[in-house]
Amino acid sequence: MKRRDFLKAAGAVSLSGCATTGSAPSKARVVVIGGGFGGATAAKYIRLWDSSIDVVLVEREPQFISCPISNLVLGGFTTMQDITRERSGLAKHGVQLVRDEAVAIDAAKKSVRLASGGEIGYERLVVSPGIDFTFGDIQGYEAAMQSGKVLHAWKAGQQTVALRRQLEEMRDGGVYILTVPPTPYRCPPGPYERASMVAAYFKQAKPKSKVLVLDANPDVTSKAGLFKAAWKDLYPGILEYHGNSRAVGVDPATMTVKLEVDEAKGDVLNIVPPHRAGDIAQKAGLITSNNRWCDVDWRTMESKAVKGVHVLGDATLSAPAMPKSGSMANNHAKIAAAAIVDLLNGREPQPLQIGNTCYSFVSPKEAIRVSSVHRWDDGKGTLLGVPGSGGVSAARSEAEGTYAWNWARTIWADSLS
Amino acid sequence: MLRIALATLACLALPAHAQDRAQQLASACAICHGTDGRSVTKDMVSIAGLPREHIASQMRAFRDGQRPATVMHQIAKGYTDPQIDALAAYFAAQKR
Repeated sequence: MKRRDFLKAAGAVSLSGCATTGSAPSKARVVVIGGGFGGATAAKYIRLWDSSIDVVLVEREPQFISCPISNLVLGGFTTMQDITRERSGLAKHGVQLVRDEAVAIDAAKKSVRLASGGEIGYERLVVSPGIDFTFGDIQGYEAAMQSGKVLHAWKAGQQTVALRRQLEEMRDGGVYILTVPPTPYRCPPGPYERASMVAAYFKQAKPKSKVLVLDANPDVTSKAGLFKAAWKDLYPGILEYHGNSRAVGVDPATMTVKLEVDEAKGDVLNIVPPHRAGDIAQKAGLITSNNRWCDVDWRTMESKAVKGVHVLGDATLSAPAMPKSGSMANNHAKIAAAAIVDLLNGREPQPLQIGNTCYSFVSPKEAIRVSSVHRWDDGKGTLLGVPGSGGVSAARSEAEGTYAWNWARTIWADSLS
Repeated sequence: MLRIALATLACLALPAHAQDRAQQLASACAICHGTDGRSVTKDMVSIAGLPREHIASQMRAFRDGQRPATVMHQIAKGYTDPQIDALAAYFAAQKR
């Protein structure tokens, strides 16, 4: 019955790869919404760990474009092609790829409705929706973005290309303004890496230009000492940083960013609005905290609001000291995959220890890093950093730049192929 | 030497489900070392199929500060002796 329903849905959408041609009946079907670092990894690892479970991955975008490394595209130090990957490698693990958008979740009926009109039933659902923005927090934002004058470029893709073009077209002597949203947001060190990459580009190509960072937070939120040392050594007179400077409005006619008590004029306005869990999480009632984030049981990633639904990645209400990062989303997926395989085999899920490693480039070749290890704590009922473990780079280095590229190429492969 | 002997005993005694957990514990390493420890870049050596004793001793050397590293000295401190032994046994058993 369920299988017939699925085939009906599949008939209405483009379906590539098929794992159900074998004669053995499948144990259950898991549907995964979102093919980023979280969702793609969950789909792959469920199949790796129990190939008798059918896995259907629903993703609306044709290709994976990586946010990590995309700041190097903005600096002109790598290309969009270098950060773009296919998801077709997942088919060899038996993941069924459905190119469509999930528009509704019926948790009582255990089914997902697709934009194309089809429905897919599930035993367990994984939702890895990434982030969306609360544009209304910045007056005038949506109109300014639609006019093309203001970009966030905080999801890699067309806006990355558009922002790079604006930087290339900017006059020497111009001002690039980057605003940083209040924490928590996707990729804590990301804004500071971006500021560094644009400053490196200006230093080479437009040395009279300036990078102005206006941060809603009191100070640099990640690897602060390492970033500030790099800025002082590499970009004096180019990069200027201000904490406690929250963007509350934008006027594209005068190219002005309005702060709570001040304002700033620029030639390129890269305004990153505050974040929340992606739209489908909101529609499905998965958001539990501040109208923004999805609280989960960190032993299984199961939603605390909706049974049978596991939420991954940036959309989660983060555990203590846990960043919203690609590494974490990939590792969340492994917790969920382990738990789902256990649950569908009648076993009690067990907590899984995971880790985070995030690299940031501060010059075209040199990077810095932060790492952490997270272990379930029965008393606190959450994942906590293991005391004594983790930390940041001793100093920026080309060695860590090499390992940053290794990390990117390796996690893309681990997640997508 | 004693540690290696204990590790061997521990592995022989692992029930099937605990073996699964070694596989799952090892999956956290894949973001830099590749799925099941098989490297996909020229800049990272594959840990899949390395001798178990070697993997375990290197993890302890990172953890105890005897082998310098850019990152592994900080990550290894997050793993217990039984976890290190389970990881070493898992990666050693993977195809290169």
